[in-house]
Formats: sequence, structure tokens, C-alpha cells
Amino acid sequence: MSLTLTTPLHQQAGVVVEKVVRRFGERVVLDQLDLTIADEELVVLLGPSGCGKSTLLRLLAGLDRPDGGLIEVPVKRAIVFQAHRLLPWQRVLPNVTLGLHGSDAEPRARGALAEVGLSGREKAWPKELSGGEAQRVALARALVSDPELVLLDEPFAALDAVTRLRMHELVRALRSKHHAAMLLVTHDVDEAIALADRIDVMSDGRIGRSHVVELSPADREASVAREQLRAALLADLGLGTGTHHFTREFTHQTESTENP
Amino acid sequence: MTEARIAAPVIGSAAGATSAQRREVFTPLDARRQTPLGTLRRRLRWPLGIYTTPVAVLIVWQVLSDAGVLGATYAPSPTSIARSAVQLWQQGVLGPDLAISLRRAGIGLAIGLTVGIVAGVLGGLLRSGEYVFNGLVQIMNTIPILAVLPLMIVWFGIGETTKVLLVSFGAGVPMYLNLFAAIRGVDQGLIEMARTTGAGRWRLVTRVLVPGALPGFLVGLRFSLAYSILGLVAAETVNADSGIGYLITQGQTYLQTDQVFVGLAVYSILGLLADQFVRVLERVLLRWRPSYEAL
Repeated sequence: MSLTLTTPLHQQAGVVVEKVVRRFGERVVLDQLDLTIADEELVVLLGPSGCGKSTLLRLLAGLDRPDGGLIEVPVKRAIVFQAHRLLPWQRVLPNVTLGLHGSDAEPRARGALAEVGLSGREKAWPKELSGGEAQRVALARALVSDPELVLLDEPFAALDAVTRLRMHELVRALRSKHHAAMLLVTHDVDEAIALADRIDVMSDGRIGRSHVVELSPADREASVAREQLRAALLADLGLGTGTHHFTREFTHQTESTENP
Repeated sequence: MTEARIAAPVIGSAAGATSAQRREVFTPLDARRQTPLGTLRRRLRWPLGIYTTPVAVLIVWQVLSDAGVLGATYAPSPTSIARSAVQLWQQGVLGPDLAISLRRAGIGLAIGLTVGIVAGVLGGLLRSGEYVFNGLVQIMNTIPILAVLPLMIVWFGIGETTKVLLVSFGAGVPMYLNLFAAIRGVDQGLIEMARTTGAGRWRLVTRVLVPGALPGFLVGLRFSLAYSILGLVAAETVNADSGIGYLITQGQTYLQTDQVFVGLAVYSILGLLADQFVRVLERVLLRWRPSYEAL
């Protein structure tokens, strides 16, 4: 049923997900889900715990296979997990070069560590790193292979608020250098607003509503539009204050249509 | 802005008055500081380290022997055991016997560990390896070494083969079991991560599975060394014309308790050395591990 095709079915970069079904026993977690991510687009998948967003991410990473439908992703892809998942028996540098081959592996890894602000920490053991540092090494490990798709599974959820904001800045800075499609899974509405080109809210095993975010970096931090977007997202998550019809006009929505 | 006051919830108001005043103050622990002086002080507090209890037992034993509480035929004092060890060495008995025992242990360990490690790695890495080896080793694990001995004698006689095989039997089984469990117990998240980075099969084995299984491997090695000495004792005590076990049976036959104790002391020193060897390996190989530093 599930086979791996490396030939491009659609002549398109990014991610194509068509009518994907994934069930665990009787429970249908993903129900005919459709999703596309354009080249260099950062899509945030927002949803409450247990809505299937991590399941979808694992399918995109190839760690799991769908029960139905089709998934097309670039071969060059990387994933950052919620836990840093560094090999505790290797120092930082070999942790970053884990998937690299060739003589330029080390200089590239040093470069990637410099990008995440960890120059000089190459020889540290993972147990000597703080939570934020470890997650930055994980980010460097993902980016060092120049992936065309980066999957981020709530990578900053376990970090404190200040570190998380620093990581958001880092992700924005890295996006200008690395031209990759990104999918960030989170349940944090503020994180979604801070980073997304588009926010897809998941519900009932599908992408419920999409919000294209075209705010300037300053507006993402504080603006009327931001607050309205936030209210709309909370409403989508079922935490709304009943002003849904009002906020929709302000969220720059272009494709906020329910999936059939 | 208006000031809002929220009354703090009062929990256990009666007992709260006293418990609220109990406070803890934390300051740097001088003994814990990594200064040469601190290290020296810690050394002085426990100068013998893990040998504290064995040395204490020896001292009590010596005192009791000197006081005449323990008869020389039952338990000769440690000093007289040491004296007979020197005598036996000078007579040219202890040296060759020790060499023969060490050779048996060495060859047996080499065979047992090789088989145990190869089978453990195959069983741990491959499903087919698990099906080939696991059932067999589990059955062998439940058979005591002493029960195999008569069969071995029937099959291989009372020569060297039986003794070496008993040692390797004792070493191989725990090595396989621990290595298998260690490889299967490597964090699934790390394996998954390695796959997503594009590391191939070889890197997955060498960088993730093998280092991840090292702690379990060292536990296996500890058991292997201990059980191999057990096998050696069993083989040498029941049928031998040379070796430390032979020395013990001779001592027993001629009621030379000194000699029996010399043999036992040699076995225990071998066990202690094996344990120290594994400790050094752990310190070198498991440096990455954040370990619990006991109080």
C-alpha cells in the first residue's frame, strides 16, 4: 500500500499532501487531510494537543507511513524534535556532522554552529549544555545538510519564555540564509504569529482554517491586526470570545475556507 | 492603575506559625570544592575507599585469631595465611598453579567473550539473530555451571578442554544476555533522529547503537568475569591435577587450612582485579554520562 516514490509527481517544490488518512486502531487521526507548502514558505500547524499535528509531521518526515492518500516531500529534509535528541556520548561537533559525509563535513558543521551562535562550543558534551543551547545544536544539525524542507515539532515548547523569543529571532535570521520550506508544529498561538507566513489550524483530523499572515515584524509583536489575528486563532481553537465574524475581515485571510 | 490585593491562602494556620519559621540556608560546601586540599581531605576521610570493609574484616579476623578465639585449624590468621602463601611460592607450588589457572581463565574468557559478543551483537541488531540465539541462550542461562560439569567430563574427559569450556560457558551467557538487552534498549528517539539526519546503516550502528549499548556491555563484562571465575573454581575443584583449585583440594585432604585459604585469597584477588579493570573501563568509556555522585 505504501511505497516510496522519488520521482516528482507534481513538478513543484515544497510539500504536497493529498487526502492523507492515518488511523491508530479504530481512531482516525488524520482524515482525508490536504496540505501544500510552497517553496520557502513557513507554515505553522496550530492545534490542541492530540489533534494529529505531530502525526502529520512524522508522516512528512518519513518516520511513519499513511494508511491512505499521498505525500510528496523533498528528499533533502531535516527535522527538529521537541527534545534535542543529541547523542550524549558524542561532543557537539560530531553530533552536528552525524549525517554528513566528505572532507568538508567539519567546516560545514562549524559554520552551522556559528550560525546558531555556538562558535567555540564544538567540544562541549551535551550534558554541559543548557536547554536552549542543546536545542540550537539540534537546529544546526538540521540545517547543516542544506535541507529543502525543515520540519519543526514543537522545538521550543520546553524552553523558557525569554529563550523562546531568542529562538524565534534565530529562526527568522536563518530563514533569510536558508531557502527552505518549513513546517512548524506548535500549540502556542504567539509563536505561530511570530513566525508564520501562513497558519493552518487543525481540527477533526484536517486543516480547518488557514490564515495568511502578512504582517511586518513590528506588527507581529504589537498591533491591532496582531490582536485580531490572535483572537481569530483562539476562536478557531475553540477558545473564542464570539467575535469570529468580526476578526475575519482583518486577518488578511485569502483562503480561509473549510476543507470539503 | 488600581492596586489589587489578593489575600494569600492560609494553609494549616495552626501549624503554619512554626513551620514557616523553619528555613534552610545553602552555602558552598567546602569539602565539595575541587581544590587539592578538598580532594586530600576527602581522601583522608575514606583513605581506603571501597576497600574499607574488606580491610576492617581482616583486622578483626587477625585480632580474633591472636586472641585465640578462632582456632588455627578452622581459620588461620591473615598473617599466617600470607606466610603460607610466601612459603608455597618459595616451594614452587603457588607460582605454576597460579599460571595454569590464569591461562585457563584467559583462554576460557577469550572464547566465551568472543562468542557472547558476536552472538549478542547479531542478536541485538538483527531480528533473525534474535531468533537464532535468544532461545538457546535463555535455556543455557537457567542451567547452573555446576550441573553442566558432569556432562562436560563425560564428553571431554577431565582434561583442559572441560575446564576452559566451563569458564567460557560462564563468561559467554551473561555477556550475550546483557549485550542483547543493551542494544535493544538504546533510546528509540535517538535511532529515529539518526535516520532523519541521513546517517546510513553503518553510522547508525557505530555512532548510535554501539556507544548506546556500552553501559550494558560493561555490566555484562562484570558478570562475565565473575562467572568465569566461578566456572574456573568449579572445574578445578572437582577434577584437577594442577591449578589453584587443586591447591585447595590438596589442602583440604591434608587438613592444611592455611593452604585452602591461600587458594580462596587468590580467587578473591582475581575477582577484585577483574572488578577494578571494569571500573577503569567505565571511567574511560562512559565519560559522557552524567552520573550520580554519591554523598
